[in-house]
Amino acid sequence: MVTVAAPAAVTDGEWVRRVAGPIRRVWRLLFSVVLTFLGLTCVTFFIGRVIPIDPVLAIVGDKASIETYNRVRSEIGLDLPIPVQYWRYLLKVLHGDFGNSVITSQPVLQDLLRVFPATLELSLLALIIGVVFGVPLGVIAATHRGRWQDQVIRFGSLIGYSMPVFWLGLIGLLVFYAKLGWVEGPGRLDVSYDDIVPVVTGLITVDSLFAGEHDVFWNSLGHLVLPASILGYLSLAYVARMTRSFMLGQLKQEYILATLAKGLSPFRVVWVHALGNVWVQLVTVIALTFGNLLEGAVLTETVFAWPGLGLYMKNSLFNADLNAVLGGTMLVGVIYIGLNMLSDLIYPLVDPRARERR
Amino acid sequence: MSAALTWRGWLLDPAPVSRRQARLGRWFRAWLAFQRNGLAMTGLCVVSALVLTALAAPLIADPRAAILQVLTERLQPPSASHWFGVDELGRDIFARIVFGARTTLIIVALVSAIVAPVGLAIGLTAGYFGNWIDAVLMRITDIFLSFPRLVLALAFAAALGPGIENAVIAIALTTWPPYARLARAEALTRRRAEFIEAAELQGASHLRIILSQIMPLCLPSVIIRLTLDMAGIILTAAGLGFLGLAAQPPAPEWGAMVSSGRQVLLGQWWVSTIPGIAIFVTSVGFNLLGDGLRDVADSRSS
Repeated sequence: MVTVAAPAAVTDGEWVRRVAGPIRRVWRLLFSVVLTFLGLTCVTFFIGRVIPIDPVLAIVGDKASIETYNRVRSEIGLDLPIPVQYWRYLLKVLHGDFGNSVITSQPVLQDLLRVFPATLELSLLALIIGVVFGVPLGVIAATHRGRWQDQVIRFGSLIGYSMPVFWLGLIGLLVFYAKLGWVEGPGRLDVSYDDIVPVVTGLITVDSLFAGEHDVFWNSLGHLVLPASILGYLSLAYVARMTRSFMLGQLKQEYILATLAKGLSPFRVVWVHALGNVWVQLVTVIALTFGNLLEGAVLTETVFAWPGLGLYMKNSLFNADLNAVLGGTMLVGVIYIGLNMLSDLIYPLVDPRARERR
Repeated sequence: MSAALTWRGWLLDPAPVSRRQARLGRWFRAWLAFQRNGLAMTGLCVVSALVLTALAAPLIADPRAAILQVLTERLQPPSASHWFGVDELGRDIFARIVFGARTTLIIVALVSAIVAPVGLAIGLTAGYFGNWIDAVLMRITDIFLSFPRLVLALAFAAALGPGIENAVIAIALTTWPPYARLARAEALTRRRAEFIEAAELQGASHLRIILSQIMPLCLPSVIIRLTLDMAGIILTAAGLGFLGLAAQPPAPEWGAMVSSGRQVLLGQWWVSTIPGIAIFVTSVGFNLLGDGLRDVADSRSS
């Protein structure tokens, strides 16, 4: 007869612990998010100040008198102490005011919202490609460790993360557009299809489907598929590599042996039990990959004349449009911070152990 | 022959009689393990070839040919006199690739020279002293860690103006945080070790303990991490070059060379393609070398 200890009654102290844990965690997360955001604004503020171009001179021109110069200088608040200037900058940023773009002479925020859907469409599709192909490939590489499948997948992903993305884009255009004619050329749409579909989400593929314009849909997909595949290949390489190393870690665990010994099929053990545990770690990787895709977009968009955030930032950069560059940096930075926060929040949802530990 | 054998025997002696022999023997065993890895050796060959090319650039190609514009010969395909062809301004692409290796290597070397000491200094200080110093330094590290790398580099390059120095600063600013974390983790695990206590009891200062006791232990992992990061640094640098934010014309830089060939891509593929291959091969080489070094380190520690 074995005596089993009765489950301990949940005491008051236990309840406090259970509730206080998550609350403290959310607080810590919020604290770090706010701090990181402040850090980001500090950096953009600093960049805005070290720039060699004198913003006053840019407004008044170099023929202005000293009086005019000083008047304008105090009007934009450059004579105030640095902390005060930073505070004012922070307030403006929090109100979504990044100043006006020099090129488009519109508020930078408005510009960013206009160009961002193009980048989102590109990087979302790339991310889907990367995860849908990268995760299974990583699993296969891990289960076939050392055999030819593993070698091929590792070699393929090595090429992927050693590849200059802008160059791959050019070669892709040369081969698949110019020589073979399998895909459409640079840009999001052929000129003849412009302005047919009303902008709802800004994702042309989605908008055209809702509007029932199938020609536009297929045309936009033809433009989208090459840049998205190229970016998708790069994220695939990273996702497959990480999945492989996570899976190798899981397959070493004793529970794998136990489930196999209990008679579960190896297929089920690998793809349900082991992969189920790997998803926890993969969440962070996928969030990071999406961040990297936004960055890769800067180069890809330049190659494919894709009118998104990357091209916008690049053009602003060469026209000394600092407000636009810093606004774009801020947008990508905020998305980055948001993705990190999201993966921190999702982590305990998929992993009960992470909940218990805190 | 016999001399080599005795050298080998001396190095692999299971009972070394001096510290030097033990240390050299350890390195030699690591080298033997590394040597068995064919891919890693390929990486080492590529990286050595790059370094040699960069060092001996004036012997391999005529320095004037890299800059000299011979407009009558522009856009000639690869031939016996111009192995990699001629670009749109009549410059020999082979010479520009050879001298571009210098540019690439300078960027990589400068970034490493900034990133490793800064990361080590911050990480070791944080891990060694702990408490609020650790909290503050690691918060700063985390802030930089959560920044988008290329975009931030872009913003810095935009503010400071294009040029190699500024590209280096921009890349370094976004590369150091992982090194600080690495060094901190290493310092934390060694902090309570007995040999540190012994050094403390002998009256060694904090600085001395950090520099002479803890830092040498971090160096291998920092070097491996650097090698693995090199490919990323090269790709970021080439990306900045492609956008026109790194080396300024007429200096040869591989990323900028890819960009300059875009207009003639359809007719004269070699102008863009060959510098791209150079970037790709170099970054594959560093990745293979880094993977190999990591494998050797992993097998030794486990």
